Amino acid sequence: MNLLDFLIAAPLVGFLFTLVLPKENKGLIKMFTLVFSLAVFAASLLLIGPALERPSAMTWVTDAPWIASPAIRYHVGMDGVSLWLVLLSTFLTPISILLSWKYIDHRVKEFFAFLLLLEFGLIGVFVALDLFLFYVFWEVCLVPMYFLIGIWGHDRRIYAAVKFFLYTMAGSVLMLVAILYIYGKAGTFDYPAILLMLETGKLAFTHMEETLLFLAFFLAFAIKVPLFPLHTWLPDAHVEAPTAGSVMLAAVMLKMGTYGLLRFCLPMFPVASKENANWIAVLAITGIIYGALVALVQPNMKKLVAYSSVSHLGFVVLGLFSGNQWGLDGAVYVMLAHGISTGALFMLVGFLYERQHSLDIKDYGGVATPAPWLSTVFLVTTLASIGMPLLNNFIGEYLVLQGAAKINIWWAVFAATGVILSACYMLWMYQRTFYGETPESVKHHVHDLGAREWACILPLLALMIWMGVFAQTFLPSIGASNKTILDRTQPTRNELRVALPAAASTEVANHGR
Amino acid sequence: MQLWLIPLLPLAGAAINGFTGRRTSKTVQTAVAIGSVLLSFLWVVKTLMALMPLEERYVEHYFTWMASGAFSVGVDFAVDRLTAVMLCVVTGIGTLIHIYAAGYMHDEEGYYRFFAYLNLFMFFMLILVLGGNFLLLFVGWEGVGLCSYLLIGFYFLKKSASDAGKKAFIVNRIGDFGFSLAMFLIVVTFGSLDFPTVFAKAQALPVEHSVGIVTIICLLLLVGATGKSAQIPLYVWLPDAMEGPTPVSALIHAATMVTAGVYMCSRSAALFMKAPIAMDTVAFVGLATAVMAATIGLVQNDIKKVYAYSTVSQLGYMFLAVGLGAFSAGIYHVVTHAFFKALLFLGAGSVIHACHHEQDMRHMGGLRSKIPHTFNVLLIAALAIAGFPFMSGWYSKEEILGAAHHHHMWMYWAAWITAGMTAFYVFRSIFLTFFGEYKGHAHPHESPWSMIGPLYVLAALSLVGGYVFNIPHILEPVFKGIVPDGHMEHSLADMILGTSPGIIGIILAYVVYVAKPGMADSIKESFSGIYNVLYNKYFVDELYDATLVHPIERTSRNFLWKIVDAGIIDNGFVHGFSGASMNFGGMLRQLQGGVIRNYAAWTVVGVVCILGALTVMGGGR
Repeated sequence: MNLLDFLIAAPLVGFLFTLVLPKENKGLIKMFTLVFSLAVFAASLLLIGPALERPSAMTWVTDAPWIASPAIRYHVGMDGVSLWLVLLSTFLTPISILLSWKYIDHRVKEFFAFLLLLEFGLIGVFVALDLFLFYVFWEVCLVPMYFLIGIWGHDRRIYAAVKFFLYTMAGSVLMLVAILYIYGKAGTFDYPAILLMLETGKLAFTHMEETLLFLAFFLAFAIKVPLFPLHTWLPDAHVEAPTAGSVMLAAVMLKMGTYGLLRFCLPMFPVASKENANWIAVLAITGIIYGALVALVQPNMKKLVAYSSVSHLGFVVLGLFSGNQWGLDGAVYVMLAHGISTGALFMLVGFLYERQHSLDIKDYGGVATPAPWLSTVFLVTTLASIGMPLLNNFIGEYLVLQGAAKINIWWAVFAATGVILSACYMLWMYQRTFYGETPESVKHHVHDLGAREWACILPLLALMIWMGVFAQTFLPSIGASNKTILDRTQPTRNELRVALPAAASTEVANHGR
Repeated sequence: MQLWLIPLLPLAGAAINGFTGRRTSKTVQTAVAIGSVLLSFLWVVKTLMALMPLEERYVEHYFTWMASGAFSVGVDFAVDRLTAVMLCVVTGIGTLIHIYAAGYMHDEEGYYRFFAYLNLFMFFMLILVLGGNFLLLFVGWEGVGLCSYLLIGFYFLKKSASDAGKKAFIVNRIGDFGFSLAMFLIVVTFGSLDFPTVFAKAQALPVEHSVGIVTIICLLLLVGATGKSAQIPLYVWLPDAMEGPTPVSALIHAATMVTAGVYMCSRSAALFMKAPIAMDTVAFVGLATAVMAATIGLVQNDIKKVYAYSTVSQLGYMFLAVGLGAFSAGIYHVVTHAFFKALLFLGAGSVIHACHHEQDMRHMGGLRSKIPHTFNVLLIAALAIAGFPFMSGWYSKEEILGAAHHHHMWMYWAAWITAGMTAFYVFRSIFLTFFGEYKGHAHPHESPWSMIGPLYVLAALSLVGGYVFNIPHILEPVFKGIVPDGHMEHSLADMILGTSPGIIGIILAYVVYVAKPGMADSIKESFSGIYNVLYNKYFVDELYDATLVHPIERTSRNFLWKIVDAGIIDNGFVHGFSGASMNFGGMLRQLQGGVIRNYAAWTVVGVVCILGALTVMGGGR
């Protein structure tokens, strides 16, 4: 059992332990989950060193049988991409707990326990190397989020929670069918084994099979991303979710979809990925522009930020289906950067809500006067979100656009309009919320950031700047992992594989040796 | 050489004032703000002395900013003579304006915040001119835009101010859209963003391969420049930017930031020289902007608005020079314009300060005796911009007119007329403000020495700066080999012809506003149609609102959000799908409703069906 196994197990243990704590002792529950998740985060930092030594391959690998028949394995490991996504999860969990310190006042035990369960699922998703195991973690994530929205959400929480659940289920069921189909052909769920079989030609999909399997996986992931036009669950889920739920949802859960595309769709179905890249890119670009335009006219802050996520995630999908190093590196960078800056945005909107008890922009105005620090922090986050250089999002969006431009300059042209529009909707919201004369109610309710709130937001601010200036902390490892993935999708080898029947290609491979 | 100190000093100033400003005294804040910029200026001087004669480019590499695949961008600062000129202007004028601002803003709320922003601006502006590749230039480019946004909206309680800030940011973003596309094409074509690599590869490309792509790149760079440097069609933000405090107008919206576009185009001279169509476009856009903004400037009543349109017009002049291939003339005008336009704005600030925040020239007049120092310096600035012989503006304007003369005569005459209009509107502002009777209600008083002092320095620069700093000569090594020998001999007749519009403009303004005071009104009445169009700035803002801003907002709200998102996708598909499943499920539920009689009935139906089927298939025998 290595450190990674320990880290996967720890949140589950924490979850179970929290459940047996006395539910009246709210202080103990909060303190326990906070300290516990901080310890998990500290431990996760130890993953970095060894993982960075050879980020192009999997490290921290454990491969053990879990269920004998069907042969499901507990196979986990991480490369440069998984590493940062796992760290994003372990980093944001304690912050989400601290964030909910005062906000959650009923069913305290269940709430904080669910946050730990969510962390368990998220870490698992990003490190699972067995298709079935991946599916299990994928579904595990669904449960705590469903309850977080359904129990601690706002007025229409039940509607939003059910919509969230059903939407995601609809996609993941198709993915399960696809996984089972692959098992039927390959006789294993083990992902590296499947990739190896594909490479050596022991396993080959017909063109029709590959397309259908690709689409099944793609649909599950695209709903999670969410890719236009499968996005309508997201605004509802965000508006109704409690602050911590929104933060985890936007910052980490959406990345499950894009991570899935990168980890499974591109390497397993390179031909289908390439063939379908055009219309997917068009959907991604539509999402970028559409999300931004709809965000522009939202009267509700959370909805605005939610639609802005649709726009930002469009960049990720565009980058992934550009199919080149720049696009992939940029996509992963946007995944991380969006996690930090949009997480911070939801957090700050939550701070405002805790003061004024409204999410409507029109109930605010002139907040800068009573709360100058809150306004400054919000401004920096806004600037990060709209891709200001030296802040985190810029690097990723720049690389994505450059990667898209390499494939088709028009993709870059249309996608880049999203960068203009992001300035429009964010600055307009900022102006209406923070500038102008301060109305009485705002003057009365809104005060500046407290110590706990500082503790929540300061790490995110620091990361926004760090990721914007010292991008090379992250990019080399991301790039190395992406290169491994890209090497699998080399057009020459794929064309060879498609052109020749499965048996023949095996022969060719054998002769080669 | 520690080039990094140059931008980092103002950044440190910004950080100190930003973080501690609420607890420190104004003296400390002032010392930090001015001190950091002054030190930066001194460091520039020291560095340049050490690097003399600086005929080659000097580079410092700090670290890799981002790398992906074969693409890599470093944080590299580079100095050549072009950057050296810009460094001197930015830090030198910047220091003077910081000193002035300490007096001007003394009683304002948020004094420390103002200086934190202003120092931050210096940081980004210095990155812009020091950056050794396109992306670093872009960092500065976006950064100065941000500071411009913050400073225009400095009085954020006023909606007009925050509106103007937002407008500036968004319009600049549209320009940056072009700039980023240009960068993508540069990377895809040349594989790098480093200036020397890109320019060398561009030079090496055979013409037939390069002309198309390089033209597109240059046109996209021009889009970026029209945003930052307020050229047609993206100039609309600059006049509104006058909502900011006056020192901001002087530093950012006259002397430094808005000239970034000219700097960028000159920096990319090697690309532009390969794209004749793009060059012609630059010249045309510049000239059209110069003429149009000058005509608007003729009739504005707000003293800052006059100078704002004047800035737009003068920037157009610089672009004309760039488009004609006279890059060094363009930079020459950047420098002299920095002197006299900063002076005009700061002088206007002194006037506004004296008249208790009155900006309408119709409520001024006769201030010559009340604020004599301000009058002296403003008169010098006005003479300089009008192109009065041997003043700074005269030299650079002669160079530009000379370049136009060599290219297209119609461009020369359009520029000639613009020069006349420039002299006219500037002296109109002088005469309306300082001559005649005082028409306001305040008690005008002279500004403190902390404000007047910098004005006299700028006045001296406006007087002799053109002669002392022979920019075209200084820049020769930069453009050597890129631009064909640009040196032209001017005949005496040309010189006299080039000087005449300024003199004529001054005389005309004198006649209309001093000698025959009623004349302005009668002209206004006889040409009321034209006057209204000019006074309302050709209704361009209204046009943009009607054709772009409102339609986008309305479509987004009424169509995309309410119909497509809520209607079609959510209600139509999502709820439709779930509704259909519910109906189907509801139907199935009928089968198992818990009523025994129904079960019995279904059992009978089932039995009948099975028997029927067996009978039909002949299996029931």
